[in-house]
Amino acid sequence: MTAASATLPLDRDVDLAANARRARARNRTWVWVGRVLVAVLFIGGWQLLTSIGVLDKFFYGQPSAVWNSLVSLFTVGTAFGSIWLNLGITVQEALEGFVFGTIAGVVIGILLGSNRYLSNVFSPYIKVLNSIPRIVLGSIFIVAFGLGVGPKILLAAVLVFFAVFFNAFQGVREVDQNLVANVRVLGASSFGVARHVTIPSAMTWIIASLHTAFGFAIIGALVAEVLGAQLGIGLIISQAQGQFDPDTVFACMVIMAVVTLGAEYLITLLERALLKWRPPVRSDTQQAI
Amino acid sequence: MGQKRDSGLVPQPPSLCSQDDREVNAMADTRIPPTEVGAAAARIELVGLTKRFITPKGDPFTAISDVTLTVEPGQFCAIVGPTGCGKSTTLAQVSGLEQPSAGTVRVGGQLVQGVTRGVSYMFQADSLFPWKTVLQNVMTGPVLTGTPKRQATPLALDWLRRVGLSGFEDRYPHQLSGGMRKRVAMAAALINEPRILLMDEPFGALDVQTKAIMQTELLQLWEQLRPSVLFITHDLDEAVALSDRVVIMTSSPGTVKDVFDIDLPRPRGDVQDIRHEPHFQELQGRIWSSLKDEVDRAYRQTAAAA
Repeated sequence: MTAASATLPLDRDVDLAANARRARARNRTWVWVGRVLVAVLFIGGWQLLTSIGVLDKFFYGQPSAVWNSLVSLFTVGTAFGSIWLNLGITVQEALEGFVFGTIAGVVIGILLGSNRYLSNVFSPYIKVLNSIPRIVLGSIFIVAFGLGVGPKILLAAVLVFFAVFFNAFQGVREVDQNLVANVRVLGASSFGVARHVTIPSAMTWIIASLHTAFGFAIIGALVAEVLGAQLGIGLIISQAQGQFDPDTVFACMVIMAVVTLGAEYLITLLERALLKWRPPVRSDTQQAI
Repeated sequence: MGQKRDSGLVPQPPSLCSQDDREVNAMADTRIPPTEVGAAAARIELVGLTKRFITPKGDPFTAISDVTLTVEPGQFCAIVGPTGCGKSTTLAQVSGLEQPSAGTVRVGGQLVQGVTRGVSYMFQADSLFPWKTVLQNVMTGPVLTGTPKRQATPLALDWLRRVGLSGFEDRYPHQLSGGMRKRVAMAAALINEPRILLMDEPFGALDVQTKAIMQTELLQLWEQLRPSVLFITHDLDEAVALSDRVVIMTSSPGTVKDVFDIDLPRPRGDVQDIRHEPHFQELQGRIWSSLKDEVDRAYRQTAAAA
């Protein structure tokens, strides 16, 4: 290996580039080998341990049974109609909660971030609200608004709000004061300052928060459904729990993980489009040769 | 006549500061040949300017005290002084971003209250918008003063050509070198044809070679527009090479110690070459002996405080 690299004609860029490409391809292959290995070890180990009885599959489920349960969810359906209907309801609740929570978080975050008086007045209340275990709010919302989709959207929105709010607030606070001075000298009104400096600058922070915020939206919708619902994945989970059926719970987990990953992918696309002005992360541009 | 032609070229709403222009040009006639003064150049007058702050600990702190200084229309004035002598504070009062504690600032004969119109700022740090392309950065000035995008775009393209960045319109600032970013900042500062250009150590962060190139280019652009310039630096060579007048400030509280007129002929051409002229070195030596005491004093103060 060392002998081979010592005889390489290193002064020729073509060879150097080709070597780098090969090294990168080799590197990528090994990463994927590692990834598949972890999955095989985890799922295989789980299957093995439950088959030989070290783990009780009555409590812990079994990968093959989870798969069967997934198949039956999609072919036979559930006690509450087809899986697509339930999934649609849950996704709708999560999406609406995500949208409302994000809008509220961004607007209030930017407002309080750019106005010191308002932020001083409201900061203790925001801290109090943030310290409430928000899942408990789900019970209150269901008592107040019933078993429909409304309280689920509300709980999802509340969870999303705080994640987005704190980032928007911090983003506005981190704005480069030189840029603000610059546009003010150029004649910008306070609206102009917001449009040209504050909002684009806070956008980095806000979009970073959207990744976690969508996770919160799903959590909010599911938890509210578990607490009480007529339709939705959360209801299927809570019913499966009542029937000591961990396989269906795991199957629902898999379904929601796929949905969340899909949403994560879309948010990453949005991030790339909106933040294309950002310098690429160092690890992307600099590959060791 | 020259004045009329100039104001015809400036794409500015006529109501904006025509009063000032007439006044300024009337004054300019007696001092500097009118053809050399941009239609928009304005006189800056600081009288007894004092600025006090309350430090975070609650103690009052006098940043600048009784600064009296006049910059004639179209004059290039450099302020040199030790670190922390309130040079930047002085600029902030002229721009109207801050209000003085005492004394007055007049720009073009008008008292500064609120943000002064027709001012451009250049900072040491990059004051480009990282989320805007080069073209959008340069266009910001005209767009903020209400120029429609259709007219602002060709104007910005022309300014990019003037600073030698044609073909870089669609790049983002992080894709440019430090010198190129400064050129964009210069184009963005000059596109509105400001009456006053405030520069706060604009080339402080550049390497020596790039700095010399940027100084020469700044002088060339300034010759075309001739705004009044207040230029902060702690590089004495830079101050002498660029300006008509060098103001030395003392440290804490900052006040004017000495004023030197630089009678090197204009146009100065290459800033690199002018440094070797005997008259440059003589001026530089005289000013340095005045500045040296202040630098020593300021250094001893900070050393004692540490």
